[in-house]
Amino acid sequence: MFEAVAFYLFAFLTITMFYITVTTSQALYALTALAAGMIFISAFFFILGAEFLGAIQIVVYSGAVMALYAFGMMFFDTTRDVKEKHGNKMIITGLSTIAAVLVVLIFVAPMVGGNVSALYPITEGVGNTQDVGMVLFSKYLVPFELAAIMLLSAMISGIVLAGKKMDLSITMMSDAEVKDMREDQNKKVLS
Amino acid sequence: MMEIGLNHYLVLSTILFAIGLVGVMRRKNLLLLFFATEILLNSVNIAFAAISHYYGDLTGQMFAFFVIAIAASEVAVGLGLLIVWHKRHGNIDLDAMSTMKG
Repeated sequence: MFEAVAFYLFAFLTITMFYITVTTSQALYALTALAAGMIFISAFFFILGAEFLGAIQIVVYSGAVMALYAFGMMFFDTTRDVKEKHGNKMIITGLSTIAAVLVVLIFVAPMVGGNVSALYPITEGVGNTQDVGMVLFSKYLVPFELAAIMLLSAMISGIVLAGKKMDLSITMMSDAEVKDMREDQNKKVLS
Repeated sequence: MMEIGLNHYLVLSTILFAIGLVGVMRRKNLLLLFFATEILLNSVNIAFAAISHYYGDLTGQMFAFFVIAIAASEVAVGLGLLIVWHKRHGNIDLDAMSTMKG
């Protein structure tokens, strides 16, 4: 009973938030709606008994990814309205429907086969976090380490890419200096 | 109706995936395209967690973890590239990125 109420409530909230993210013309509204949707999605993980995944969802998405987006948006001009692509509505709707049906087929196909058996069954009497830790550090140790290396290289590339010319501060420079810098850049791009 | 099964979660995941796909197709601003990508990844995570719960198998949760790790590194690299592009060209519209004239 409570599970059903919670499921429908959070399903409605998540769909609403993501719909706002996709349709709004203000980048800030999209960002806040996306952050709210991430939090609501973690509620599904808690309902499903995957507490560790829910906590990771809140920490990584609402903590790290959203903060990164918020800092990134400071570089961009987000006050103006976002221009939209006005393509063929029929093509967009048709492609989305086909893709959605494909996703359902992908998930339903193994169940119709009926030969799904638990490879790493959930241990009774052990908390979710402990269970996850045992499987992650025994069967999935190599992918775990590879993911760590991937995150490290992503961090280094993020610093290298975004850190270029960080010593120049546009807010501390006078208007003439900024204009000179822009002209230099334009020359560089045009040449 | 009152008993929540695996199909409820799969349908929800599909609806969210469709919303993300619509976002990918109609957005022109690259930052908002990234938001739509996050929606896609999250909808798949819901399906993984639901299957993991209803089949009593932890593999789904493992894959959800790796999906989250991939999403985080994608954001780091993608935002770095976006900042470089914005410094050089002053906008992040997808239609302006036609330097290869493909």
